[in-house]
Amino acid sequence: MANFIVTRILQSAAVMFFVALICFCLFRYVGDPIVNMVGQETTIEDMEALRQSLGLDKPVLVQFAHFIAGALQGEFGISYRLQRPVSELIAERLPATLELVFVSAIIALTLGISGGLLTGIKRNAWYSRLVLALSLVGVSLPTFVVGILLIYLFAVTLNWLPSFGRGQVVDIGWWSTGLLTVSGWKAIILPAVTLALYQTTLILRIVRAEMLEVRRTDFIKFAWARGLAPRSVYFNHALRNTLIPVITVTGLQIGSLIAFSIITETVFQWPGMGSLFIHAVQFADVPVMAAYLVLVALFFVLINLIVDLLYFAVDPRLRMSAGH
Amino acid sequence: MTVLSIERLRIEFPLRRQVLVAVDDISLEINAGEILGIVGESGAGKSLTGASLIGLLEPPGQVSSGQIRLNGRDITNLTQRELRKIRGKQIGAIFQDPLTSLNPLLTIGRQLTETLNAHLKLQQSEAKERAIDMLREVGIPAPEQRMSSYPHELSGGMRQRVVIALALCCNPELIVADEPTTALDVSVQAQIILLLKKLCLKQGTAVMLVTHDLGVIAEAADRVAVMYSGRLVEIGPVGDIVENPIHPYTKGLMGSIPVIGAHKHRLAGIEGAMPRLDDRPHGCAFHPRCSHATELCRSQQPKLTAIESSERKSACHYNDEGKFR
Ligand SMILES: Nc1ncnc2c1ncn2[C@@H]1O[C@H](COP(=O)(O)OP(=O)(O)O)[C@@H](O)[C@H]1O
Ligand SMILES: [Mg+2]
Repeated sequence: MANFIVTRILQSAAVMFFVALICFCLFRYVGDPIVNMVGQETTIEDMEALRQSLGLDKPVLVQFAHFIAGALQGEFGISYRLQRPVSELIAERLPATLELVFVSAIIALTLGISGGLLTGIKRNAWYSRLVLALSLVGVSLPTFVVGILLIYLFAVTLNWLPSFGRGQVVDIGWWSTGLLTVSGWKAIILPAVTLALYQTTLILRIVRAEMLEVRRTDFIKFAWARGLAPRSVYFNHALRNTLIPVITVTGLQIGSLIAFSIITETVFQWPGMGSLFIHAVQFADVPVMAAYLVLVALFFVLINLIVDLLYFAVDPRLRMSAGH
Repeated sequence: MTVLSIERLRIEFPLRRQVLVAVDDISLEINAGEILGIVGESGAGKSLTGASLIGLLEPPGQVSSGQIRLNGRDITNLTQRELRKIRGKQIGAIFQDPLTSLNPLLTIGRQLTETLNAHLKLQQSEAKERAIDMLREVGIPAPEQRMSSYPHELSGGMRQRVVIALALCCNPELIVADEPTTALDVSVQAQIILLLKKLCLKQGTAVMLVTHDLGVIAEAADRVAVMYSGRLVEIGPVGDIVENPIHPYTKGLMGSIPVIGAHKHRLAGIEGAMPRLDDRPHGCAFHPRCSHATELCRSQQPKLTAIESSERKSACHYNDEGKFR
């Protein structure tokens, strides 16, 4: 098992290395970084001086090593557009996105798993059919349409919830959280629900399909024959055996929550990394784009690693085979 | 003492177009400490009969008429809640495939203790102790260590022992064992049957042993019921049924029908196949395969009737001739 984990970590490192390589190429070869950094009036000499001070006159390999070293410390240079260190910008924006993704993931997991259990257990009940029909709507409507509909309903018409921003935030060290204030919670509801909708339906459908599958197995039949209570049969026996595919899909989905949040953040003017990235793209602000890509890749890799570890926690057969 | 008594049991599958009758007019009894073997070809309705006892027929399958009594109590139409108190506590079940009967993600100990806790008021330590005792009882070496093993760490035979421990851990009055050895190595089969027999004798448990293996029946059963196409064709003490069957189907099953024209007692199986549920012939369901079939067999269904001066019953129009043939 330890072997397996080490292999996985090495693989993750390799993935991150290639992402860094791509980002470096982006940074180095999309336009001249020096020209992008300085104003119109700067002289050629000043630009050369800046080039030397940033080490951009060195061989490419040295520059790449530099880039990696910087990235490892969270340094991605200076934003062309805002003229501030990218790390600072990220630190400002990261909490908003992570909180949004976190709340969405909780919503998607709770509703997805309970909905999947319900529709898998009471498969012919009218409410199961209703939930399934609704979930079809969930997968087929684009995020921005859902977002705009929700804004129209809850912000414009009913005036219950704000349509943009994070509400009041509280600083804890460098982390600014909106989860400690009422207005923060009010503000996060609409974007989080919007973002969670698609993942909820996906998780719901996979849990349901797996439940239907597992219910037919011999060990579930034997569990009933032993006189166990339905709660125990469904949760300890059936649900547990659906977890491997559910974890796989959920892991991927949380990764894409981060990616999808770009759209949601734009619709709700959420001050997170997604909107930072969109602005960066509009202004060809390459250091910010590079940093965003590296960060998102890092999240994906971390989630995959966690998913792999969860497999071991759930399935003893894997623990054994990987131990040899 | 009669533990289980089934009277005129009928199991149907109401489908859109028609109602399939999978089991019809089954009546039998099993006494405490007795092993009743149920034999018959695949599809005869053996498993359905067993599953109906604990209310585990898969929908749309249902008991449409008849009565199932456990120690005199009618358990035919109990609610799921009431059935739950019977399953595992009064009636233990053992299924065909030990490799898939156990939850692969839970330890042996966990599966035992959860079963004990579902039915008995036990402290955690008591439940654990009892689980270990049970494992020892079914002949699992080093039971303490095995408690924390997962099913995949055990061999097929060992897993079936665990399944038996699970079925017997609450001292049920009746065990329904549906082909408990079919999926096992031949070398292990006899051990498992002997173990089952020993434990049930010790606890005075009645056993319904479903199998299509006549070797198993001869080895273990006290009485045998032979099923064909959803009905009982013959029932009686094992010695009589194996050595001196009356019903032509039983004879075929026992491979003892002398082939006409052969010099010696050559053994032959039965030609043809059992009819499908939606395609049963008129009269005796066995007549298309029976070499003695007459007009009577083609038109009228024979009743299961007692054979004079024996404890046997057979469902053939020509019971009397059959005895001497
Ligand atoms: N869910 C079902 N729907 C329709 N027919 C079924 C169903 N389950 C079992 N049967 C039929 O019932 C008959 C008896 O099945 P079973 O009791 O499993 O036979 P066996 O004697 O081999 O254990 C078979 O012909 C089978 O096709
Ligand atoms: Mg069967």
